Amino acid sequence: MVKFDIKDLNIWFGSIHALKQVSMEIQANEILSVIGPSNSGKTTFLRMLNRLNDLNQNFKMSGVIKLEQEDIKNINTELLRKKVGMVFALPLPLPLSIFDNVAYGVRMHGTKNKKVLGEIVEGSLQEAYLWEEVKDRLNESAFKLSGGQQQRLCIARTLAVQPEVILFDEPCSGLDPISTAKVEDAMVKLKQKYTIVLVTNNVKQAARVGDRTAFFLNGELIELDKTDKIFTAPQDKRTDGYIRGKFG
Amino acid sequence: MRKFKEFIIEKLVLICGLASIFFVVLIFLFLLKEGLAVFKTVGPFKFLFGKSWYPISEPAQLGILPLILGSLLVTVGAAIISIPIGVGCAIYIAEIAPLKIKETLKAGIELLAAIPSVVLGFIGMITLVPLVKTVFHLPTGLTALSGSIMLAFMAMPTIVSIAEDALYSVPKTYKEGALALGATHWQTIWRVMLPAASSGILAAVMLGIGRVIGETMAVMMITGNAAVMPNSILAPVRTLTATIAAEMGEAVVGSEHYFALFAIGIVLFVISFAINVTADLFLHKRQ
Repeated sequence: MVKFDIKDLNIWFGSIHALKQVSMEIQANEILSVIGPSNSGKTTFLRMLNRLNDLNQNFKMSGVIKLEQEDIKNINTELLRKKVGMVFALPLPLPLSIFDNVAYGVRMHGTKNKKVLGEIVEGSLQEAYLWEEVKDRLNESAFKLSGGQQQRLCIARTLAVQPEVILFDEPCSGLDPISTAKVEDAMVKLKQKYTIVLVTNNVKQAARVGDRTAFFLNGELIELDKTDKIFTAPQDKRTDGYIRGKFG
Repeated sequence: MRKFKEFIIEKLVLICGLASIFFVVLIFLFLLKEGLAVFKTVGPFKFLFGKSWYPISEPAQLGILPLILGSLLVTVGAAIISIPIGVGCAIYIAEIAPLKIKETLKAGIELLAAIPSVVLGFIGMITLVPLVKTVFHLPTGLTALSGSIMLAFMAMPTIVSIAEDALYSVPKTYKEGALALGATHWQTIWRVMLPAASSGILAAVMLGIGRVIGETMAVMMITGNAAVMPNSILAPVRTLTATIAAEMGEAVVGSEHYFALFAIGIVLFVISFAINVTADLFLHKRQ
């Protein structure tokens, strides 16, 4: 099933042409890795899917993005962002307890019942592979967690509002290898239920977890294919150069 | 030679740094010396809580409670008016206004801060005082309420610019994090931006109040200057500051009255100092 259908997407920030004529489909329940050097437009692409780019004053776009056949321009922004959750590069716990961090978005969307909240929080923490580590100290401040735990807390917070798609924006850029492995494990399990788009600077990470991989360069989508194929027999010389570390 | 030059410059800068502290200490000592003398004739309790201020009657009655209440009434009134409007304005400028309106508003706020207080008092006297008089059917419009409204205008620029600064310096990631969870713009402001900026906003409020309590000229012109126990916000009052400004010129040097005015100065000093320290605490908590 096609989750996102993107046609002729162009994005400008002022005079900068950040994305050029991008067309692609994102399948449901896949992990799509997006790789490319800095300034290649991969984060801009990601932030387009939940319309976070709209916050930028000089933002302009053309083309169509459809989420399950509906143009995202016609979907209420809050509803779209509830359906399309996002995990940022730096773990961003709020200055609240672990429990309240996860319950935050759920409460905001109107759930007040304590029992329901408790179930959602437990379920989300389990899905993010954090439950075992924090179940005895849910009332402690989220800042007491390690960086990797904080990032999984942010994943749990995103899961708690029951999204359909999760966007990961370089989620492991600040984490050590062990924490990275845990976050990657969580992602692979999550794809059974969710569609995942992963922007990463770490080419090996894309190779490890991605079902398909997209390579961006200077705002253009150069190549999109099965991850094995991208990493063993890429069609484009530039893709080959980037994954071999010749530039980037 | 270069070392010597370094030495001289270093010491000069040190002297400049010490000078500011030195002068504050000197001023405070002078205030204490002149002000504490009043307690030879009136007890501190009677001075602070005495209900009548007749400094030149025989014997002089030096109770400053009416003045303290006058200051308090005007300040609280000004705070009630200026805090919600000021913080609301800061939210609008920091979060909602498009770039052009934002620039215009900021310039306007700065202009408001640049109006000399005597001019504000003068405008208030001609426009606000008659208005208060007719609206509330009072014998005079020179009331604590007029003073509060006027002072609210003076506190607003401080509150708006510092609160706006605090909101602006909330990391962008906080805002994006909340929005990405599906929060509306207002939910983001109310539940994320305001709590994150709360210490800065509190500091803004404290500094705004500090400005109000120390203001003299405008209040002297429009609060009616009656040193009696105020029974409502619609009665004329006299503030601590206005008392000093109005009476210092005619007090005989070395008289009880003269010392009492200095003691009022101490009270004011203590109040503003407390407010500034609290504001500072909040600001540092933020960093």
